[in-house]
Amino acid sequence: MAEKNKCGQDCVQLSEIDVFIDKLEQQGSLEGKLIAILHKAQEILGYLPEEVQSHIARRLSLPPAKVYGVVSFYSYFSMIPKGKYVINVCMGTACFVVGADKILEEFEKQLGIKAGQTTPDRQFSLYALRCVGACGLAPVVVINEKMHGKVTLKDVSRIIDEYKEGDGR
Amino acid sequence: MEKTETTKVNITINDIKIAANKGDSVLDAAKQAGIKIPHLCYLNMHDLEVLNRPAACRVCMVEQDDGRNGKLVPACATFVYEGMTIKTNSMNALNARRTVVELLLSDHPSDCLLCVKNLNCDLQRFAMELGIKTIHYEGETTEFEMDMSSKTVVKDSNKCILCRRCEAVCANVQSVGVLSGVGRGFSTTVATAFNKPLIETECTFCGQCVAVCPTGALTGFSNTRAIWEVLADPDKYVVVQVAPAVRAALGELFGYPAGISSTGKMVAALRRLGFDKVLDTNFAADVTIMEESTELMSRVKEGGKLPLICSCCPSWIKFCEHQYPDLLDHPSSCKSPQEMFGALAKSYLAQKLDVDPKKIVCVSIMPCLAKKYEASREELSNDGLPNVDMVLSTRELGRMIKEAGISFEHLPNEKFDSIMGQSSGAADIFGTTGGVLEALLRSYYERSTGKTLEKLEFESLRGFKDIGIKEAVIEIDGTEIKVAVAHELRNARILLDEIREGKSAYHAIEIMACPGGCIAGGGQPFHHSSEEILNKRREVLYNEDKVKALRRSHENPEVLALYEEFLGEPNSEKAHERLHTTYVKRGV
Amino acid sequence: MSKIKSASQLVELKNKYAAEILLRNTTETPVVSDAEPVGTVKKHVLVCSDTGCLAAEGSAIYDALVSEVKNKGLENEVDIVKTGCFGFCEPGPCVKVMPDDVSYMRVSAKDAEEIVTSHLQGGKYVERLFFKDPRNEKLISKQNEIPFYKDQVRIALRNCGLIDAARIEEYIAQDGYQALSKAIFDMASDEICTLVKDSNLRGRGGGGFPAGTKWQHTMRSPGEKKYVICNADEGDPGAFMDRAILFGDPHSVLEAMAICGRAIGADEGVIYIRAEYPKEVKRLEYSIKQAEEMGLLGENILGSDFSFKISLTLGAGAFVCGESTALLNSAQGERGEPRNKPPRTADKGLWYKPTSLNNVETFACVPPIILKGAEWFKSIGTQSSPGTKIFALAGKINNVGLVEVPMGISLRKVIEDIGGGIKGGKKIKAVQTGGPSGGCIPEDLLDIPVDFESLDSVGSMMGSGGMIVLDEDDCMVNVAKFYMDFIVDESCGKCTPCRVGTKRLLEILEKITTGLGTEDDLKELESLSNVVMSTSLCGLGQSAPNPVMSTLKYFKDEYIAHVRDKICPSGACAHMARYSILEDKCIGCTVCVKVCPVDCISGERKALHVIDQDKCIKCGACMDRCNFDAIIRR
Repeated sequence: MAEKNKCGQDCVQLSEIDVFIDKLEQQGSLEGKLIAILHKAQEILGYLPEEVQSHIARRLSLPPAKVYGVVSFYSYFSMIPKGKYVINVCMGTACFVVGADKILEEFEKQLGIKAGQTTPDRQFSLYALRCVGACGLAPVVVINEKMHGKVTLKDVSRIIDEYKEGDGR
Repeated sequence: MEKTETTKVNITINDIKIAANKGDSVLDAAKQAGIKIPHLCYLNMHDLEVLNRPAACRVCMVEQDDGRNGKLVPACATFVYEGMTIKTNSMNALNARRTVVELLLSDHPSDCLLCVKNLNCDLQRFAMELGIKTIHYEGETTEFEMDMSSKTVVKDSNKCILCRRCEAVCANVQSVGVLSGVGRGFSTTVATAFNKPLIETECTFCGQCVAVCPTGALTGFSNTRAIWEVLADPDKYVVVQVAPAVRAALGELFGYPAGISSTGKMVAALRRLGFDKVLDTNFAADVTIMEESTELMSRVKEGGKLPLICSCCPSWIKFCEHQYPDLLDHPSSCKSPQEMFGALAKSYLAQKLDVDPKKIVCVSIMPCLAKKYEASREELSNDGLPNVDMVLSTRELGRMIKEAGISFEHLPNEKFDSIMGQSSGAADIFGTTGGVLEALLRSYYERSTGKTLEKLEFESLRGFKDIGIKEAVIEIDGTEIKVAVAHELRNARILLDEIREGKSAYHAIEIMACPGGCIAGGGQPFHHSSEEILNKRREVLYNEDKVKALRRSHENPEVLALYEEFLGEPNSEKAHERLHTTYVKRGV
Repeated sequence: MSKIKSASQLVELKNKYAAEILLRNTTETPVVSDAEPVGTVKKHVLVCSDTGCLAAEGSAIYDALVSEVKNKGLENEVDIVKTGCFGFCEPGPCVKVMPDDVSYMRVSAKDAEEIVTSHLQGGKYVERLFFKDPRNEKLISKQNEIPFYKDQVRIALRNCGLIDAARIEEYIAQDGYQALSKAIFDMASDEICTLVKDSNLRGRGGGGFPAGTKWQHTMRSPGEKKYVICNADEGDPGAFMDRAILFGDPHSVLEAMAICGRAIGADEGVIYIRAEYPKEVKRLEYSIKQAEEMGLLGENILGSDFSFKISLTLGAGAFVCGESTALLNSAQGERGEPRNKPPRTADKGLWYKPTSLNNVETFACVPPIILKGAEWFKSIGTQSSPGTKIFALAGKINNVGLVEVPMGISLRKVIEDIGGGIKGGKKIKAVQTGGPSGGCIPEDLLDIPVDFESLDSVGSMMGSGGMIVLDEDDCMVNVAKFYMDFIVDESCGKCTPCRVGTKRLLEILEKITTGLGTEDDLKELESLSNVVMSTSLCGLGQSAPNPVMSTLKYFKDEYIAHVRDKICPSGACAHMARYSILEDKCIGCTVCVKVCPVDCISGERKALHVIDQDKCIKCGACMDRCNFDAIIRR
């Protein structure tokens, strides 16, 4: 059962995960619910640190290696905290043929990070994403939930600035 | 003959007509027909219910005539049906197999000569058999750090071919699950949680991953160099002990068929390697029975914690510490025979030989890798000296014998030194599942009733075909004593869960981590998943017991002398100080 | 909302709701009802609220229309309706006024006032927002006169862009759940399977396996517990039809899953959906709740003894989970590694129980088949591939969007008539269908009919329906590399040929596209491709070399140019590119000199500049910065 941790923010968040697990348990078996729980945990914490994975493993009576095996398999799960703004450059074919790779490069250049990384000030994380299904707007860049369509190289700095200054609204 | 016909299906492999067993894979059927199909990921030990069939390596591809163009299918996971036609040697199949092995080699170090698995590696063998001379597809290779943290199991993922046998054995046979597939795509690897070094995990060091690894990705940590050094050191007095299961398998490393006892040649070899005393862990096994039977008597009489669980297997002990820390008052407090031997070698034997215990180096030859870990446990020491200094696996002993240029087949049969070299047949059977409890029952019965046990063999506790948990009942002065034996930790888990739920009806339990017991230990010659070999090793031990005049631990004169001269009574204060231990709550 | 307890109650409701949406009746998207219009509402303004249109303007257009209508006091006369995808994404955001059948394109929030005052109040259409045919500049207001829509037949997309899918009432109005009602009350399990089998509805997710056969097998497979799974893990780059259905007509999928459950004897369905589709996840969750509240899902559906519940399982970003057995493992909370087949999913699927697994678009076709019969379905499309198929047209094509066409239509018709030809007057080079599992079909084969067999026969495949049009600027080797890169990224790593083989294929392609390839590499590319195809464990690996094989087959000359002449004919391969400065365009502004990171451009101010080819690292910075288009890449 939920273990008492050195309290603080983490403890609150762990107990939030526990509430979710308890709820699932009441609805039926926890068998097969690992990915759903990981989704919830990442939604709460923004990422899946080791302690959280170990905690979930204990709750589900799974070996921690199994949980780690699942987390490391899916690109949606992250073991490092993501930036405030997650920039996803769509690399679907429709976007690729109109230069999404160049757009990604431009973001890399301007942010000074590679795809898959986060800026040191934790403002931006940059990822190449699989097709988001908005091919009509290719090339597409999704930042948090907002979609930017028909992005040109020249738009890149403007988009970054928009988030830097305006907090993305 | 009607009955057999219904269980057979007619298939054609390479134009040979075969009546295959219904339910068999093409691989099984081909084997029956004398056709070899290389395979790497597939592992199937029917009797022990050990199965890994991910159909992942794609080395066993054969061509199936499907009435159209013929398609390639994995022989391990394709099952026979009436009228099936298979070609294992078509151009297409051979080319596919060769290419797949080439692909594996393209992401594999090519330092075979320096690899501990050289000439024992399936990948190497198949590459040779398939006639691979060049690798057409060179490119990026995956790079992983080697994990030697445990000084027990060495994990070198650079040599891993992702057959996932280790993962399957760890999770499904041992129910531990320390290893998992990690990552995805080209960089996939088999790793521990968060890539932690093995020593920081709940690994029990049973070494079954090593036993099934087809390459050099998982191997035993080698101590041979250190041993050569102490053997060459004139200031050291090097005492060696040998566990029972070693003698049942050592010969296999020198071309002998399985099932030959090599006790005599083994002793001779050890002497020629330069050990000062060549002694027997079996002696300590007899001592263990004295201590453990006494402990059981007092637990039964005084209402102590039951069931008592034998504590010989260090892998099971670590399993209990991690997975059942709440049940740590169940294992017997007895040290394992290896450790008892060490504790006595550096006290009783030292006294008798008049050697400074500090000069004694206690080396053990074990079928087991977990024994290496056990030797490193801090609490297994007395007077500031570890009970056991170094542990060699059966395979390492074989390597040392070869290294020394000793021609094993020409060795005479020699006898163990004395003292601490004599043993009963009860000690021999420690090496196979059920043996410890059988030995325990023999002494427990006779010591507590004073009567002679007519039939020494407890048949219901013997063997491992299709059975993970065995039981026996013995009546002692009107009381029924119920015992159970489990091998493989998944079966141990069943018994432990019963205890946890308060439903266990047993007085004593024996648990051995390895399938079949120590004869299949992680340090033994590779059995290449042949149950035949394991059965023969088991026979060796039961034979040793059968032909010995001495078959009860409590009749071993050297053991009786030990108590008289040194320890006093079993479970005496002195015995406790030297021969008993405590456990650590670890958790997962 | 109270539960519907019988088939007749459902019919009553249908008639009631149908009357409410009768204004939207057109010939292409007929509103199914005998009812008369009711109430005071005279106009429905349909606003596409799906991803493409939403991304451009968010919900601003809808909000603006609503507030304008309110400002003008038209609330009782005009309904503003949020619908699913209209299909025509290129000129979005799209708005359509019914019953006038006037379509407005490239609408923004500031157009709302004019639409309301001029059109809705004044009856005068806003012509400037009409669709303008790029070929003849003609303005078109009626949807069915726009070439994009002309040849389309909508079965799976029948309700997309027509109803507000957030309201189950509108789905019911469109005969929603009538097929389920029929399946429960009028048909035996075997009859349902047979009907679907007779219709020869084939899996729209890629494989083309007959859905009815799958259902029948699962029905006959012994076992108490069975499952229905909807594969909504749409992941092919360039395909978004499933997403559009899930958002624009979720109940069609829920209904079909229940029908399948009824047919195979399952009481539980699972929708495995990409986590990257949060909007659709929300919509599905909401729709399931609605259906349960109305007694159309859950216990004792429509008062019968049939119960069926549906839950959602989210993927977590692994393309391979679109493969059915990998999906099963993932749905069980494990690593999404595929299983060896046999056993078939129909025998041992989710939790190793008999399972029927079908894709979103396949399910969406089921209710009309149940209602209209197998013969009706077979009357559309071809004999071996009946019905329609949705394609996501994208790439270098004028009319990007979702199109649903009868099978058997020629590729050329789809691209040239519906798709409106190539952007910027360039020449078409190839069409890529089937995503990473498909192939590239050259221009001269565009007259082949679109059906499962024809696409297979030219080395491509139907796949889930991505259709990416490539023009003369695209390098086919580079395109093959793009797909291989994708596969290497998404390979699960379980089996050797896919894990290592695709990596080696990619490395060879990288060698070729950086000018280091040899003709021997082409041979190895081909032989390794063959082995990867024939030995991989699952469909992902088995089809992974298709883009390579098809480009090798049809565009061998491009490969040869790369390895023999060391040039990339289209100029797309950056490392092989040759940048040069055009004498007639260079004005000597020196901007390129300043941006060149290796100082390989020389030239006096106001004089022609020259690039030192030996020093050039082909970064392209000069070309990007030249304001006079004076630098070209060849």
